[in-house]
Amino acid sequence: MGNWVVNHWFSVLFLAVWLGLNVFLFVDAFLKYEKADKYYYTRKILGSTLACARASALCLNFNSMLILLPVCRNLLSFVRGTCSFCSRTLRKQLDHNLTFHKLVAYMICLHTAIHIIAHLFNFDYYSRSRQATDGSLASILSSLSHDEKKGDSWLNPIQSPNMTVEYVTFTSIAGLTGVIMTIALILMVASATEFIRRSYFEVFWYTHHVFIFYILGLGIHGIGGIVRGQTEKSMNESHPCKCAESFEMWDDRDSHCRRPEFEGHPPEVVMHPSKVVELQMNKRGFSMEVGQYIFVNCPSISLLEWHPFTLTSAPEEDFFSIHIRAAGDWTENLIRAFEQQYLTIPRIEVDGPFGTASEDVFQYEVAVLVGAGIGVTPFASILKSIWYKFQCADHNLKTKKIYFYWICRETGAFSWFNDLLTSLEQEMEELGKVGFLNYRLFLTGWDSNIDKATDILTGLKQKTSFGRPMWDNEFSKIATSHPKSVVGVFLCGPQALAKSLRKCCHRYSSLDPRKVQFYFNKENF
Amino acid sequence: MGQIEWAMWANEQALASGLILITGGIVATAGRFTQWYFGAYSIVAGVFVCLLEYPRGKRKKGSTMERCGQKYMTAVVKLFGPLTRNYYIRAVLHLLLSVPAGFLLATILGTACLAIASGIYLLAAVRGEQWTPIEPKPQERPQVGGTIKQPPSNPPPRPPAEARKKPSEEEAAAEGPSAGPQDNPIPVTDDVV
Repeated sequence: MGNWVVNHWFSVLFLAVWLGLNVFLFVDAFLKYEKADKYYYTRKILGSTLACARASALCLNFNSMLILLPVCRNLLSFVRGTCSFCSRTLRKQLDHNLTFHKLVAYMICLHTAIHIIAHLFNFDYYSRSRQATDGSLASILSSLSHDEKKGDSWLNPIQSPNMTVEYVTFTSIAGLTGVIMTIALILMVASATEFIRRSYFEVFWYTHHVFIFYILGLGIHGIGGIVRGQTEKSMNESHPCKCAESFEMWDDRDSHCRRPEFEGHPPEVVMHPSKVVELQMNKRGFSMEVGQYIFVNCPSISLLEWHPFTLTSAPEEDFFSIHIRAAGDWTENLIRAFEQQYLTIPRIEVDGPFGTASEDVFQYEVAVLVGAGIGVTPFASILKSIWYKFQCADHNLKTKKIYFYWICRETGAFSWFNDLLTSLEQEMEELGKVGFLNYRLFLTGWDSNIDKATDILTGLKQKTSFGRPMWDNEFSKIATSHPKSVVGVFLCGPQALAKSLRKCCHRYSSLDPRKVQFYFNKENF
Repeated sequence: MGQIEWAMWANEQALASGLILITGGIVATAGRFTQWYFGAYSIVAGVFVCLLEYPRGKRKKGSTMERCGQKYMTAVVKLFGPLTRNYYIRAVLHLLLSVPAGFLLATILGTACLAIASGIYLLAAVRGEQWTPIEPKPQERPQVGGTIKQPPSNPPPRPPAEARKKPSEEEAAAEGPSAGPQDNPIPVTDDVV
């Protein structure tokens, strides 16, 4: 007995540590999902199998991380070499690398079995509570995203009572990768038995290389975020401790508790006058620059149509937004869908963001921004971003002066932009940067609404002119005020305007490269 | 790769699939999932596949490790003759068995794995492999006393066995240990110094 201990104490210690870590991780994750308030409502549908599945998932992650290490031959040779001053016991442990690899593999198989069985039960519970019509808490929670305007705050991934669990499995990333990974695992294990290895080594060797699919699948398995807890904001408003029992009254206006919201980012809809809708959205992994645009698709209106919209939010904001004006049948249908209070927000798909010339605004010391009509939208993003930069006292801003020309027939459709400009003007005054932004508004449809002008343009009245701007005057003024600067001219508007602006840029750029240079940038759509 | 007997691998894969079918079936039946009767089918199919695949076939070259206690099932599987010997039939059988389990999520893994095993069996059949039962080797009874040799009858130095061999050893044995018929290569004297 004494001999055995002397020879094996390190192995025993190592295995004890590994097993201990497994047990600790399992129990820790199990308790977290079993006890945390965040998952209270999720547990109402799923019970303890939620915690089982998540705990085994954590152990699977841990063991999958370990399993490749004992078979990295170069790494082991390296460690063996550098350990020459280490004790013999450590180096002898490296001799048992294959045994450890097999042990970890068995643990992975065990946890895979637990994980799959737990999730089978989870799917069945989700399916049952989605089909239940008894008004129980579980059934109300399951139908959450389908009665509300907020379309993405669901708890039950089974979106409709007719959806089968098989459909959900094979159309979700988690389900599909899960099946692929498990088949790869079974192939690997079945071809790695002692008999096969000894008799037909190539079968084992080549089959074992499907571990690549296992590792790849493991990497993307959890991306969909199917397991959801209540958001913090919703927990602060309606904590499950006080709200769970009164679930029948969640819809009442005067109840203290509102419907819980789950992770997932429902878009906010803001209605502006003149049939303009602002859509504020969130998407994981989305990052943008000023003036970029996205393509938007709404499957419930048209499966194949993707329409580009310039982003009107600044990169500093934690959502991204577009302003949609009714200008055709697709946009009209979309706005009508948002206006209806009792229907859900239709699902929106977003592609992008894609870059345009307007991204370069902050590369120039002086920027001249010309927005004609709907072309004013990229500049909304730019102006908002400037405001945020001043808020954070961003002194690295290369841009020192911005001239903004807004040309439109009438401002009715752009009253939201009006408000943005006025608020920006106020902020600049407060921050003492009055000279930074110099904007002017040109109303070219002044014949028809000259009387209504004063009503629409309160606040901007002083800077409003009627008719088209005289570009020669403007350019010569800018050239004289900034004799040594590089000026970027950005246009978002019609072709005719582009031609005249380009001509002015050429005319007023001096031949001397040290003096004022105008660079023309045009955004198309 | 030329020496591989695909049937051996298919056998391992099919055995594993059988176990997975049983497990999936038990989960579906115990949990009374929707359409759980597919789960019940899956348990039966899994047990059948396990019993069929448990006895390992004999390898063409080399010795085959038997699975523990497989001789009872070998006798049963042998009874079916060509039905179990031919791998085409096994391939088709496994494919058909796997289909009903594909309708239930809990057993769909079993379907996939059994279908893979069926494919490998098809490959084995195409390559002309067959299932041959592992026959128990007849036990050679050791002759009583056959390994016991007579102790050497002469003191050393002794010439090698061929020189010692007599035309009739029985006579020498019947006579008992005798000091007799031996030509010593050098004269042996019994000197006491």
